[in-house]
Amino acid sequence: MNALAAIGRFTLGGVYHLGRCGVFLCTMLAVISHAWRRFALVVRQLYFAGVMTLLITLVAGLFVGMVLSLQGYYTLVNYGGESALGLLVALSLTRELGPVLAAVLFTGRAGSAITAEIGLMKATDQLAAMEMMATDPVARVVVPRFVAGVLAVPILTLLFNVVGVLGGYYVGTVQLGVDSGVYWASMQNGVDVFEDIGNGIIKSFVFGFVVSWIMVFEGCDTEPTAEGISRATTRTVVVGSLSVLGLDYILTALMYGGIS
Amino acid sequence: MSNTATGGRKIELWVGVLVLGGLLSLGFLAFEVGNFDNARVRDGYRVYADFQNIGGLTLRAPVAVAGVRIGQVTGITLSRDSFNARVELTIARRYDNLPVDSSASIFTKGLLGAQYVGLEPGFDEELLGDGDEIEFTNSSVVLEQLIGELLFSKAEEAAE
Repeated sequence: MNALAAIGRFTLGGVYHLGRCGVFLCTMLAVISHAWRRFALVVRQLYFAGVMTLLITLVAGLFVGMVLSLQGYYTLVNYGGESALGLLVALSLTRELGPVLAAVLFTGRAGSAITAEIGLMKATDQLAAMEMMATDPVARVVVPRFVAGVLAVPILTLLFNVVGVLGGYYVGTVQLGVDSGVYWASMQNGVDVFEDIGNGIIKSFVFGFVVSWIMVFEGCDTEPTAEGISRATTRTVVVGSLSVLGLDYILTALMYGGIS
Repeated sequence: MSNTATGGRKIELWVGVLVLGGLLSLGFLAFEVGNFDNARVRDGYRVYADFQNIGGLTLRAPVAVAGVRIGQVTGITLSRDSFNARVELTIARRYDNLPVDSSASIFTKGLLGAQYVGLEPGFDEELLGDGDEIEFTNSSVVLEQLIGELLFSKAEEAAE
């Protein structure tokens, strides 16, 4: 009987959580225009979320591109196909790895920080104090962070892709001896501006939206205790990263999966 | 925008760097990594060609005249009554002067490379337009068939 109740409690808890998450998105979107009215706040958050994530994104992108090139070369060279190395690196980055890894890194670096920040604001009653002063905390605190996240992830993705392609170029041509012209030519022949790069950008916007939504929601939904903040931060990273990976599969299946 | 609102010049500067970096990356990806030719080709005009066998021809394979890429394969279907492969070729608009009696063949780049459609311009005054059909086609050379025929003829020679 107890086990049955536990299952029920677990399910109801999940449904409540999901419901609050949805309602929260609606309240946030209702006041989203504040982001444009006070754009300076967004710029400030863009600094904390975007610029602070820049270094880790660039370093990660460089190494991912280099590893892709190295590993791709060892597979391709068996079939005499090392001339397609540039295509392999560029397609993997623009279609999948760039959007996914940039979003996951953003979740770990900026998402967790913002969840903890909002959570602490809530725990120390700063949000309640704002409401007392007739300032909507959602419009003043949440919306700028959310909008900054949605804008930052695509920018970081683009930078990740570029650095990755250049890293792959360095390893492929300088170290493994693929001709540099062949590297660029195979890339330019195979990469489509809209089909590959455009879809990658759409993906990164979707990921940015979901990750930012999760990070601000978990922050506002925090139990106002020290333990609650730590749990909310963990949940942002876990749920955020998993949703990015899961959504990536769905988006890939929708964009490229159809047999045409 | 006042300095106090965003929290100082340093923040504004760095966000500017971030956004500019993003835009430059977009430009780099679009022009250096990707190729706008593909997009330009896509709004070209369409012609059709029936082949008995297209071998390994795939969508987005290049269409070339004298080795110069002028378009791409945008559709491959099987004709219901003749069981021929019907290939839709999209050709860039600036190459709109192909004669109507041009012929299409499927070639292979190198011995085992990717396949592409090669067009051989004809001599007619009339030009190919949107929706026209190329009548003269040569199917792709299937390597296995070629080897099979070679072995067969060798065996016949030996029997004589």
